[in-house]
Amino acid sequence: MNLFFSLVVIAVLIALPWVLVGAAGLDYLFGVIVPYVALAVFVVGLLMRVLQWARLPVPFRTPTTCGQQKSLPWIKPSRLENPHSTLGVIGRMLLEVLFFRSLFRNTRSQLRDGSRLTYLADKWLWAGGLAFHWTFLIVVARHFRFFLEPVPWCVSVMEGLDSFFQIGLPIIYLTDVIIIAALTYLFFRRIVNPRLRYISLAGDYFPLLLLLGIAVSGVWMRYFDKTDIVGIKELSMGLVTLGPVVPEGIGVTFFIHLFLVSALLIYFPFSKLVHAGGVFFSPTRNLANNNRVKRHINPWDYPVKVHTYEEYEDEFRDVMKAAEMPLEKE
Amino acid sequence: MYDAGKVILGIVVFLALVTFPLWYNLAGEASVTAPELEKAEGSQCVEDAEWMRGHHMDLLDDWRDEVVRDGERYFVGPDGQRMEKSLSNTCLSCHVNKDKFCDRCHNYMSVDPYCWDCHVIPKEVM
Repeated sequence: MNLFFSLVVIAVLIALPWVLVGAAGLDYLFGVIVPYVALAVFVVGLLMRVLQWARLPVPFRTPTTCGQQKSLPWIKPSRLENPHSTLGVIGRMLLEVLFFRSLFRNTRSQLRDGSRLTYLADKWLWAGGLAFHWTFLIVVARHFRFFLEPVPWCVSVMEGLDSFFQIGLPIIYLTDVIIIAALTYLFFRRIVNPRLRYISLAGDYFPLLLLLGIAVSGVWMRYFDKTDIVGIKELSMGLVTLGPVVPEGIGVTFFIHLFLVSALLIYFPFSKLVHAGGVFFSPTRNLANNNRVKRHINPWDYPVKVHTYEEYEDEFRDVMKAAEMPLEKE
Repeated sequence: MYDAGKVILGIVVFLALVTFPLWYNLAGEASVTAPELEKAEGSQCVEDAEWMRGHHMDLLDDWRDEVVRDGERYFVGPDGQRMEKSLSNTCLSCHVNKDKFCDRCHNYMSVDPYCWDCHVIPKEVM
């Protein structure tokens, strides 16, 4: 049901520009208005989520400890897996954001010989996730050739490396192949494994299908159904310099691609995809484990009126003395 | 707001990245419109312009394979004329100026074709 729902939504998202641009000729709506609205929703939505997170206090240090805590001087602390300083936290966050350190720990449980429970390293999800995220980053960065004029050298260098093996013409980008392979794996992983399928929601299938739709429509334009790429750059340059124009003769595949990207931007802040910003706010990663070094006081603690024993004794000294109770001060 | 300094720094970096193309293009003062191409000298291309716009690289790729691997050096054009499959001698005989034809779009789109790794540009020989 979740899968079916996601498939229907994707089909609608592809059909809308196909029909409305292809048949009804609503180029300006899909080429200019929808992308601007999508970008606005993306930026404002993401900022709202971030500010919402920033308003939540995190009074206590709750990092997950994955190594030896800083202790006595002759015990070697694990600086990255259980950081006690800001520098260690930065290192840990870099490992997490760039290389998905915690996912690398992923294990798979399995019964051996019928009853013996064993845990095995399972790096496939980590590898698929890493392959997708890095190629997606490179693909997005490569697209800056459509948004910048003149195209900076770093974008050209990236394109050169990405088309390193000079296979085919237009030269096949390695990231195009890897991103589709990775997304296909991540999608079928949820379908093939019955336990994973049981816990998968529409919010898990939909982003994978959406990204796959974006990648496939992009590949389709570049290698198969050619569109007027110079016209597309005119459109994208018009968008980013706030003087939008929609040139004639851009194929409908481009509008499908652009509409799916717009859908991704709108969907982003309100879905699990917002982990892109959320990872920086995860208290189990971004806090130094220094509870034993520094006292952290809860900011919302109610100011309790205390009556110390000294004050108690002062108040009842005479009565206590009369009852022959032991006193700290005579 | 907690950790305001760090959060605001992150937001500033995010907004700078999102709006980067706007600043870059405003600072560069480069033309944002598509480049003008020089008119060809001949009257008839090997295929129509619409097709060539998307597929010229496929054609050149096929030509290269046919000439280099199969030795088929000639083809019959749409007007029945026998022509040589040659980038330098056939294509560039009409589109005489590589700078004002090939390079205009390739530079605009940051495409770096490897044609000229082997071929010499006719003007340079002269």
